[in-house]
Amino acid sequence: MSSSTSTTNTANTSTIGSIGTPSRRNTELALLVFAVVIPVFAYVNVGLAVNDEVPTGMIGYGLGLGGLAGVAHLVVRKFAPYADPLLLPLATLLNGLGLVAIWRLDQSPRLQQRAENLFGAFSPDAPKQLMYSALGVAFFAAILVFLKDHRILQRYTYISMVVALVLLVAPVFFPAVNGAKIWISIGAFTIQPGEFAKIIIAIFFSGYLMVKRDALALASRRFMGLYLPRGRDLGPIITVWAMSLLILVFETDLGTSLLFFGMFIVVLYVATERTSWIVFGLLMSGIGAVGVASFEPHVQERVDAWLNPFSDQVMQGNSEQMAQSLMAFGSGGVLGTGLGQGDSDLIGFAANSDFIFATFGEELGLAGVMAILLLYALIVERGIRTALAARDPFGKLLAVGLSSAFAIQVFVVAGGVMGLIPLSGMTMPFVAYGGSSVIANYALIGILIRISDTARRPAPAPAPNPDAEMTQVVRP
Amino acid sequence: MNKPLRRIAIFCGLLVLALLARDNWIQYVAADELRTHEKNRRVAIERYASPRGNIIVDGKPITGSTKTSGSDFAYKRTYSNGPMWAPVTGYASQAFGATQLESLEDGILTGNDDRLFFRRTLDMLTGKKKEGGNVVTTLNADAQKAAFEGLGGKKGAVAALDPRTGAILALASTPSYDPSTFAGNSTTTDSKAWEKLQKKQNPDEPMLNRALRQTYPPGSTFKVVTAAAALEHGLYENPDDKTKSPLPWTMPGTNTELKNEGDIPCENATLREALRVSCNTVFGKIGSDLENDKMLETAEEFGFNKEQFTPVRTNASNFSDDMNKSQTALSSIGQFNTAATPLQMAMVASAVANDGTLMEPYMISQLQAPNLDVVEKTSPKKMSEPLSEENAQKLQDMMETVVDKGTGQNAKIDGVTVGGKTGTAQHGVANSKNPYAWFISYAKTDSGSPVAVAVVVEDSDASRDDISGGGLAAPIARDVMKAVVDSKQ
Repeated sequence: MSSSTSTTNTANTSTIGSIGTPSRRNTELALLVFAVVIPVFAYVNVGLAVNDEVPTGMIGYGLGLGGLAGVAHLVVRKFAPYADPLLLPLATLLNGLGLVAIWRLDQSPRLQQRAENLFGAFSPDAPKQLMYSALGVAFFAAILVFLKDHRILQRYTYISMVVALVLLVAPVFFPAVNGAKIWISIGAFTIQPGEFAKIIIAIFFSGYLMVKRDALALASRRFMGLYLPRGRDLGPIITVWAMSLLILVFETDLGTSLLFFGMFIVVLYVATERTSWIVFGLLMSGIGAVGVASFEPHVQERVDAWLNPFSDQVMQGNSEQMAQSLMAFGSGGVLGTGLGQGDSDLIGFAANSDFIFATFGEELGLAGVMAILLLYALIVERGIRTALAARDPFGKLLAVGLSSAFAIQVFVVAGGVMGLIPLSGMTMPFVAYGGSSVIANYALIGILIRISDTARRPAPAPAPNPDAEMTQVVRP
Repeated sequence: MNKPLRRIAIFCGLLVLALLARDNWIQYVAADELRTHEKNRRVAIERYASPRGNIIVDGKPITGSTKTSGSDFAYKRTYSNGPMWAPVTGYASQAFGATQLESLEDGILTGNDDRLFFRRTLDMLTGKKKEGGNVVTTLNADAQKAAFEGLGGKKGAVAALDPRTGAILALASTPSYDPSTFAGNSTTTDSKAWEKLQKKQNPDEPMLNRALRQTYPPGSTFKVVTAAAALEHGLYENPDDKTKSPLPWTMPGTNTELKNEGDIPCENATLREALRVSCNTVFGKIGSDLENDKMLETAEEFGFNKEQFTPVRTNASNFSDDMNKSQTALSSIGQFNTAATPLQMAMVASAVANDGTLMEPYMISQLQAPNLDVVEKTSPKKMSEPLSEENAQKLQDMMETVVDKGTGQNAKIDGVTVGGKTGTAQHGVANSKNPYAWFISYAKTDSGSPVAVAVVVEDSDASRDDISGGGLAAPIARDVMKAVVDSKQ
């Protein structure tokens, strides 16, 4: 799938003879206009469907999203002029659609009632999400302004490891929310550190493997067509495996565990070009998942709800959501009910975060969901395209690590709510409600844009050669 | 590093492809199943989103809708005289789903039926709210009232048909229930009312539709079927010829004598006389002489061993196909394995009354769009011809004698010819439980027979002789027939 894009872009990214390479910033701007206008129309659509009138918040929302997109675009234009033109518009569009869906669920009497019953009061989430998006864009801008070159991150390889571990372990010390320990709360704020750890650990993996790749790739024995690594080289993979198992056991977070291990295997494979790592990785994750599922009740519950979403036992327990989610998708059918006209709010808990995809499923139908999945696929493929174009191994590894983490997250969440795999507590990037998620994902896009800017920037003109001048002077 | 990168790109593409495939599965292939899943609240929300159409009897609605608040259901079903009509309407409850006509014609009643698509689209364009259509039934309010009030506090059921068309005129079942008591979704009132009606708490099973869903041993009323079989299969030709019926009669292959109720003149009695006094020996021997196959053939022509769809489904009445001579003899007097729904026995009477032609029973005369346009009209259909016109008239003659001078005299109506047959069926181990009192009959006027009816009263306290059918059930049948005859004039 990247073959077509790679052929069209080869000319643009080639370093030789690239005088006058188009920066594609105007393409990005044009796409951003669509990425803002489409959600604004969707917003009006919801208002008309729910209240029979053009929503009064339309101008504020349009200006808010437009403003964010505009700022982000100007920052890219100034600090990363050669960046990939698709990433920012895609993220903006998804963010905008997510805001519409969150606002739509804010209008649901059922969820308002539910909040009043549980917490005594209902407060709308959409304004908060808009604020988080603004913070996300601020993060994005900060990364582009202060991170002049992604290779600077390479210096922080081992610090990243420590920070990531701290972030991952921290939730253990905080109370579980709905069975999963993935939050830490500081005052009124709750943070999902896993979202940030995703990026930071990608930096560690890339930095570490860039250094160790040769040892891991070459020092191996051939056995049955596979290159088997030496025992001592197995250390890192076993460490990461154990770490993700610990996350799974202590934080009962299937999704994050899968995400880290998956990302590690991808980066390891790319760094060493050894297929045997993939075989090992699959085997180890299989053993780990089955092993944990056999004694961890929370995981068993999830698997149970996945296999029999409609059984009375599951529905009367805590996991009615799975059946409700499936019924929301089914009720949407091919074309959906139209925005604001579905009943996806029946999902109740986490309707606008983990399960927001079901709202798209019901109200935009198969057509809308496929479009959104393709938007995600485009982000992932642009990310991998960036990795291909990157000229340094660290950039390649970091770009592919982040892109594949993004892809795995989309797969785990969307697959979870659609009943393809057991449900795990992660959120759909950009569309789901949640500050940590939207900020971390804007940061992720910021790093990818930084790498792609470096990769696509035309090589600087050769510096004038002082030797040549001296030669000229000497010549009589 | 670029080769593995390209492979990772393909891998990520496959992940997305898997998601797309799964999405197509749940939103296209399995979408209908999920949309209409019994646990999908949207079905109920949709059902009560707009005022539901009505079920109509004699031009007047027997149902209604009221606006509700405080839940996601906009409207609630109401019923006028719910207990009387419950066996016809079934129920439509926000919390407990819908049954019978309320469920089967849900599409028309909610306005979602495909046949209303054009209209619905038009309404959507003109901004009109969606409305439900009406279900017009064939029932006769007077007859239903007579049946329901006749049963009163007793446990039992009544089914009445128009023999000429098969249209159902009355369908009563007692004890009954009021579907409006649990039409809402309140956890206090509606759920409690519902719990109280369940079999666990209420052994009388008020929600059982006895007229269609309960099979009883039909007792002596089944002798009409046996008489029809004797005439049809040429065992006897004339109601007034003597039959070859010894008394006492020992059932073939056994040492058991088949007993009559009391000391009645059954030895070699004519068919007419045997039906008048209800001789077990005569009809038992006919069954044993014809044997299983021929009896089965006639019983099935009358509709036994088959569910009927009126469109509300009935249970299948039973006449077994693997019996020896003595079992066939017992079955032929409505005992042993023979079991029939009240509707089935009304069909037996109606086939005789309609000169041998059995019409398919139905209870919906037409479906109306919200603007009262007819969406679908039921036309009467012939189901079978269990006996010839000539034999049917012979049997009518015999049944009329039963009412004139026999066990069914309580069913007489002045100025109307009535034919009938009483029955009392024993049940329980060693017949320990109270018997069922049966009566099946038809009335005949100059324009053919407008009504055939079957009445069963459970747990009758009466004695076990055949009179109880005439004593308990016949007056109810008479009132129902009279109500129909009077309303036709």
